[in-house]
Amino acid sequence: MATKILKSKRFGYAVVGLACAAACATAAFAGPNDNKLTIDGQEYVTELPAPEGSPFDTIYSGWRFRNEATQAMEMDDFDNPGFTNVESGEALWSKVDGEAGKSCASCHNDAAESMKGVRAQMPKWNEKAGKPVTLEQTINGCRENNLKAKPWKWESNEMLSMTAFIGSKSRGMPVKVQTDGPMKSWWEKGKKLYYTRVGQLDMSCAGCHEDNYGKMIRADHLSQGQINGFPTYRSKWQKLGSIHRRFKGCMKNIRAQPYEVGGEEFVALELYVASRGQGLSVESPSVRN
Amino acid sequence: MQRAFKASFAGLMTVTLLSVSALAGPIAPDKVKITDGELKTSLTGKPGSDVKGAEWFKNRKLGNCLACHVNSKMTDEQFHGEIGPPLDGVADRYSEAQLRAIVVNAKAALSDKTLMPGFYVSHYTDPLKKFAGKPILTAEQVEDVVAYLKTLKE
Ligand code: HEC
Ligand code: HEC
Ligand code: HEC
Repeated sequence: MATKILKSKRFGYAVVGLACAAACATAAFAGPNDNKLTIDGQEYVTELPAPEGSPFDTIYSGWRFRNEATQAMEMDDFDNPGFTNVESGEALWSKVDGEAGKSCASCHNDAAESMKGVRAQMPKWNEKAGKPVTLEQTINGCRENNLKAKPWKWESNEMLSMTAFIGSKSRGMPVKVQTDGPMKSWWEKGKKLYYTRVGQLDMSCAGCHEDNYGKMIRADHLSQGQINGFPTYRSKWQKLGSIHRRFKGCMKNIRAQPYEVGGEEFVALELYVASRGQGLSVESPSVRN
Repeated sequence: MQRAFKASFAGLMTVTLLSVSALAGPIAPDKVKITDGELKTSLTGKPGSDVKGAEWFKNRKLGNCLACHVNSKMTDEQFHGEIGPPLDGVADRYSEAQLRAIVVNAKAALSDKTLMPGFYVSHYTDPLKKFAGKPILTAEQVEDVVAYLKTLKE
């Protein structure tokens, strides 16, 4: 206490805070909006009572924090710019590539069947690798080992198209990542990273997405930082982007050295963040600003 | 005669300059000590400029104070955040020494848990290389911001 500003002053601040809660209508408006996400007549779960062990009472998809123009783009596949990638992904699915003379379809046939629910479970434990793998890593694993083709770059148009295409086969399904068994230590690691303050601004993911979601941070409406919609089309990027690209951007904003894309830290963080959204509908490819 | 005068004058200047910088050189971030939520002395030994302070306050690469605070005196700026309390009338609530401490290191001055960054702190984890070891604001900029905050009375 001795090192902090005296109680009386803190009390003064508390009073100010209250005055604002009553007077600043914007603060009250600023939570998630009440709109419902329906695509092709199907209603998506964008809000649900938080899963056990969650720091929240209720979890919300990032869609609920976007303005209506952005929301509308995701509600119609013709307006959703991510669907160009879904189409290219579909073409790549059956395109022969690499020395084995195969395509993805050679082994996995109809993606609507074989890839159903895959996105919802990523990252997933991989017994051979002895660690969890992301969707990007799984795809590249198949390219290298099964197609005998070169791996795609993480943020390449091909990779984004394939993750959008495969992701679209889980649309509307609940996020369901494994967090127990061999995943447990990775989950713990991700959790630790989520709460660690880093960068010149000395902030953690939780400082923004847990303690302050629903509020405005200058022109941005803070969400819970969920990843049920990735890859995501952002107007800022003018294209789709991966989960790790988003993580990287958030770290750079607080002037922290981002972890390596595809590296153990980001995979652990992806697992942990995914688990904070258990039960939310997969929206891949979603639209944000 | 002339030369001798010049030489001694130059000598005098050097001495004066040295002593000024020894006395008033900015206090380094890791030498700053906040006691009871206060920092009584100016980091530069001089008062800051409230006009410049207003600029650093708005600037997204410097103070970016509007990211988290409403300031009704800056209506020309479109977006004001709502993470922290509005800063209207903040000079009525806090002394200059307290305001300086809050800007320098809000975690030491207000609460360990606050999201408000320390603007004159040089130790943090994993910074981007180009920011490593550097505070967000220079000592002079901190004093400018403090001078500006002192104008926020109701
Ligand atoms: C030679 C056959 C073969 C080819 C060609 C192939 N895969 Fe696979 N793929 C497999 C096998 C085997 C598995 C592992 C099966 C399992 O774990 O269910 C697998 C697993 C996967 C998974 C994970 C499925 C899950 O349930 O977690 C994805 C995603 C995947 N492949 C994508 C692709 C893509 C994209 C391509 C084309 C670039 C491709 N595969 C090409 C054989 C193949
Ligand atoms: C300074 C505050 C801040 C911090 C710290 C921060 N973010 Fe963000 N993040 C934002 C803002 C602003 C956005 C865009 C609006 C939104 O969805 O919250 C965002 C968006 C996101 C999104 C996209 C959500 C969606 O629906 O598409 C994810 C995922 C995310 N952040 C994860 C993280 C992770 C992981 C960390 C820690 C490494 C982190 N963020 C740290 C401010 C922050
Ligand atoms: C990332 C968000 C953030 C930024 C950026 C930020 N602050 Fe703050 N500030 C806060 C929060 C949150 C509080 C409330 C203190 C607490 O958490 O206990 C606060 C409190 C304050 C207070 C005390 C106000 C009161 O009424 O008690 C002052 C003064 C202040 N900030 C000034 C500034 C100045 C000046 C800047 C820019 C140089 C700035 N802040 C930048 C988040 C921020």
